[in-house]
Amino acid sequence: MKIAVCVKHVPEGSSRIDPGSKRLDRSGEGALNHFDANAVEEALRLKGDGDAEVVVVSLGPAKAADSLRKALAMGADRAVLVSDDAAAGSDLVATSKLLAKALERENTDIVLFGQQASDSDGAVLWAAVAERLQRPVVSQASELSVSDGTLHVKRQTEFGYDIIEAPLPAVVAVSDAINEPRYPSLKGIMGAKKKPFDTLSLADIGVDAAEAGEQGSKTQVLGLGEPPARGDARKIEDDGNAAQQIVDFLAEKRLV
Amino acid sequence: MSVLVFIEHHGSELQKGSLGVLTKAATLGDADVAAVLVGGGVKALASEAATFGAAKVFVAESDDLEPPLPQPRVDVIAKVAQENGYDTILLANSVLAADVAAGLSARLDAGLNWDLVDIDADFTGKRPALQDSVYVDVGWTSTPRIALFRAGSFDASATASGEPQIVDVAVELSEHSRGAKIVSQELEESSSGPSIEDADIVVAGGRGLGAPENFSLAEELARALGGAVGATRAVVDAGWYPYSAQIGQTGKVVSPKLYVALGISGAIQHKVGMQSSNVIVSINKDANAPIFEFSDLGVVGDVHEIVPKLTELIAQRKSS
Ligand SMILES: Cc1cc2nc3c(=O)[nH]c(=O)nc-3n(C[C@H](O)[C@H](O)[C@H](O)COP(=O)(O)OP(=O)(O)OC[C@H]3O[C@@H](n4cnc5c(N)ncnc54)[C@H](O)[C@@H]3O)c2cc1C
Ligand SMILES: Nc1ncnc2c1ncn2[C@@H]1O[C@H](COP(=O)(O)O)[C@@H](O)[C@H]1O
Repeated sequence: MKIAVCVKHVPEGSSRIDPGSKRLDRSGEGALNHFDANAVEEALRLKGDGDAEVVVVSLGPAKAADSLRKALAMGADRAVLVSDDAAAGSDLVATSKLLAKALERENTDIVLFGQQASDSDGAVLWAAVAERLQRPVVSQASELSVSDGTLHVKRQTEFGYDIIEAPLPAVVAVSDAINEPRYPSLKGIMGAKKKPFDTLSLADIGVDAAEAGEQGSKTQVLGLGEPPARGDARKIEDDGNAAQQIVDFLAEKRLV
Repeated sequence: MSVLVFIEHHGSELQKGSLGVLTKAATLGDADVAAVLVGGGVKALASEAATFGAAKVFVAESDDLEPPLPQPRVDVIAKVAQENGYDTILLANSVLAADVAAGLSARLDAGLNWDLVDIDADFTGKRPALQDSVYVDVGWTSTPRIALFRAGSFDASATASGEPQIVDVAVELSEHSRGAKIVSQELEESSSGPSIEDADIVVAGGRGLGAPENFSLAEELARALGGAVGATRAVVDAGWYPYSAQIGQTGKVVSPKLYVALGISGAIQHKVGMQSSNVIVSINKDANAPIFEFSDLGVVGDVHEIVPKLTELIAQRKSS
């Protein structure tokens, strides 16, 4: 069995949008998107002691190699980084196209995604990639297992849980409630340096520059603004009398 | 302009969020607005959906389409949009709708802007970003445009009268859309008392309550106020409270007259489920908790100190 895990390198700490390019400022320190650690963990759990291969795939700047190395240190076998200046600023349409092309080369039985990228809060990419790969997709997986070429997933929705089965090959996005990701061991960190690592350009994956980056995107950021203020918000510190102050406030608003 | 709105249903109930988006679509200039319903037995819901602002309702009805899976819906909506030339497709966020929207984006090679809280008649969308600290204006560089709205962005209100035009859609599902199957479902019924979605007052507890047994603080306050009890995902995941009470992005969306948050940090995923509440009161011992940024009354203090007194004062007031 072969499993791919899509992981993203995201800015660490407080982020900002660059007013010039209107893109997220990615110049500072970055780290493996922590929701993707759950996906890597799940791939390693599915592999267990078996002979499955786990390949981690990312689209991002050269620095994204750090996040791939972290996934290798956790135990993934191989890494693929799609990195090209022409790919910067890719939106969902372009990103899904590029990742799907990179994943087609790998031809894995399972493609795993994390629950969302902490910088984009999209939680959408997997469904777009699955559509391009023409594979079944299941998201919000809180439990996952594979037997006889069939995927069994417990999906959490607003209404409860669905138990879903799908034939392989398939695409799954895991919830962060699915597991506790392991920390890389020292041995893992040392070993990661020797694991196979491919860096691919757009040409390598067979995508024309016009299909990538801003050129290949179908959405745009037009401007930045302030969030709306909330009326006459009040904040008090409890000096032993807060309960009474809350009751007075509720009475004033005719809520009690 | 022609706008197609995906209307989601659960059982025989149309989902308020998607009806809110349809209500909004009807106000977008003189756009031609249609709705699309997909599932088993949905034809019976078509006229009701239309009253929220659709002159036309496309209905794809078959038992195969009843399970709430995204890919068959992508097949249906892509076909309706392409054959009828809709240049805009709008959806209200949900676990299902997010996957439908992204699948459509890839199928139609169409731009998707998500987490929008508003859109205007020139199709500029408003999107909060970076933990809602900036509001970004977003647009599309080609059609069709796809927009996915944050839950609770628009109120649903029935306006239109007159018989809508109902159009049956027959769809051949793609091979990959037939792969996933729902083999069973565990649907949670909420416990006794008013449901959190209908209650005028919701008292919600988070990890700050400290231990599962401390949820009694929230329950007693809710009883005194005549409200229902909600919870954050952190406490649901920890097994402190049932999932049916979870409020937020992956739980219920509520907009009561009063929302009381006890020991809740105010993570963005929780906020999207309660921010349209009329009045928000929060108690948190961390003066920098994000919840204070969207509370009408923020109280910096310990829930264990304040809540028992508050419950008592309210009970006294009600009995006097
Ligand atoms: C994709 C995704 C979807 C999600 N969906 C949801 C969702 O639907 N709903 C949801 O709620 N969350 C959701 N989350 C999780 C969300 O990000 C937060 O982790 C969660 O809301 C935090 O819950 P909390 O406020 O109870 O806990 P914490 O963040 O741990 O906050 C506890 C708060 O209690 C305060 N506190 C501690 N002790 C006391 C005391 N004695 N008195 C007063 N205050 C005290 C602390 O200062 C702290 O602010 C989702 C996350 C992801 C990634
Ligand atoms: N640039 C990227 N490279 C690889 N995987 C990504 C990238 N961006 C997002 N992902 C994956 O898609 C998931 C959802 O991302 P998003 O839809 O952007 O929130 C993440 O948890 C990752 O698994």
